[in-house]
Amino acid sequence: MIGNSFAISPRRVGAMILRHWYLLRSSWPRLFELVYWPAVQMFMWGFLQLGVAKMPGAVAGTASTFLAAFLLWDILFRGQIGYSMSFLEEMWSRNMPNLMISPLRASEFVLALVAMSVVRLSIGLVPVTILAIIFFGFNFWSLGFALAAFFANLLFTSWAVGMFCSGLVLRHGMGAEGLAWSLMFFFLPLTCVYYPVSTLPEWIQPLAWALPPTAVFEGMRALVIDHVFRADLMLWALALNTLWLAAGAASFLWLLGASKRSGSLLQIGE
Amino acid sequence: MPHAAIQADRLTKHYGDSIAVAGISFAIEVGSITGLLGGNGAGKTTTIGMIMGLVQPSSGRALVFGADMANDAYRVLHRINLESPYVDVPHRLTVKQNLTVFGMLYGVTNLRERIAQLAADLDLVEFIDRPAGKLSAGQKTRVALAKALVNEPELLVLDEPTASLDPDTADWIRSHLERYRARRNATILLASHNMGEVDRLCDRVLMMKRGEIVDDGSPKQLLTRYGRQNLEEVFLDVARDRRRAAEAAQ
Repeated sequence: MIGNSFAISPRRVGAMILRHWYLLRSSWPRLFELVYWPAVQMFMWGFLQLGVAKMPGAVAGTASTFLAAFLLWDILFRGQIGYSMSFLEEMWSRNMPNLMISPLRASEFVLALVAMSVVRLSIGLVPVTILAIIFFGFNFWSLGFALAAFFANLLFTSWAVGMFCSGLVLRHGMGAEGLAWSLMFFFLPLTCVYYPVSTLPEWIQPLAWALPPTAVFEGMRALVIDHVFRADLMLWALALNTLWLAAGAASFLWLLGASKRSGSLLQIGE
Repeated sequence: MPHAAIQADRLTKHYGDSIAVAGISFAIEVGSITGLLGGNGAGKTTTIGMIMGLVQPSSGRALVFGADMANDAYRVLHRINLESPYVDVPHRLTVKQNLTVFGMLYGVTNLRERIAQLAADLDLVEFIDRPAGKLSAGQKTRVALAKALVNEPELLVLDEPTASLDPDTADWIRSHLERYRARRNATILLASHNMGEVDRLCDRVLMMKRGEIVDDGSPKQLLTRYGRQNLEEVFLDVARDRRRAAEAAQ
């Protein structure tokens, strides 16, 4: 995986997607894992929403956003995990040097991981949203065009974080694997998934607004509670995501180069 | 003038204060088989890493078919390949699935025919639909070799290709490599601790120690130079500095 990193061969991207598709379809535990945890979480938040909705006043209004917030958070989290897991599969199978010496370019590798994150996310999300309709009468898909804007912005952020985490694992070995699983949780309190930005102390609110998902979750609350689609928030998230994706790609390429300088590609392991 | 298959030009790699490869220079002719010998920690794997573009040299250059592997590797990556015991193909994929994926990555035309040919040549037919992780050591080595040959590379780099194989399978692999070199006029760089293998396959041997090339010649020349009957004795002389000690005594 080498220079000229932004040229693309659909055949090589397809080869990498095929490699991960072969893996997924050969392993029912991998498929089950994609649905199991989102389903458990969805039931937990669904019942919490039902319980809190029976309380009087503003709390009940806020609670009506719990399921939507959880499902959007899951897009963000699962998008990044879907990206990182496909990357980690190459590390676990000690296949990375084979890819690095092949004509596969960094941009093609990243595109294949992005495609696999969408595939993995879809396998998990679609059944869970159907369960949400059946058990809680909440139709996630009824968010319509807004959902597409939320979905795209959250996925862009998840890929940017995924690229950064993958670069860290390349450079620092499997000792950095834990970050691929946990880094996104750093954003959970700051992006205000379950509460408005105004809840945060004033001094931290600018930091929250610098994170693209914050605008998405605020936009979701505006839509569910006030029935208003905030295009300004989506454009703000998109502008931030452009920067985040550029930073994610740059960090991945830099860490890939650093791993070649440190020789860590020859010592894949802990 | 045609490029050498590999040209190392004052190739150096250090990790902090530790020097892995200390400014080595050599050129390897197209169509030759060259052995890279040395004890553990001699710098063979790092040298191979720099030749394949996996490790960035601290200074100097590794050129493959004229392309600087640190910044121009893409020009030649489709013409080269590697087999190493430190690298695996994905275990859950079947042999055929692995060869399909790598064939696509290398842009192999008529991929189905190429896989059938590799399966016949390397005796993979019986287990071609089995997951790679469920094969014996000998079968895995043949699959790794099939992956390394899927693009019919002009330069094949092999790191311990017959390690952990029984003598029969190892001999079979060596015969296959000899036939492949003859048919394709391929260049092979072979790192090995098996002196019999090196003696049989190699036109030339580079002896490495502490990151330097300490001797260079055909197996026959090395035997004469050290006054030994076999390469294993030569290897021990180099490892234990006996030649240098003998020269100092004279």
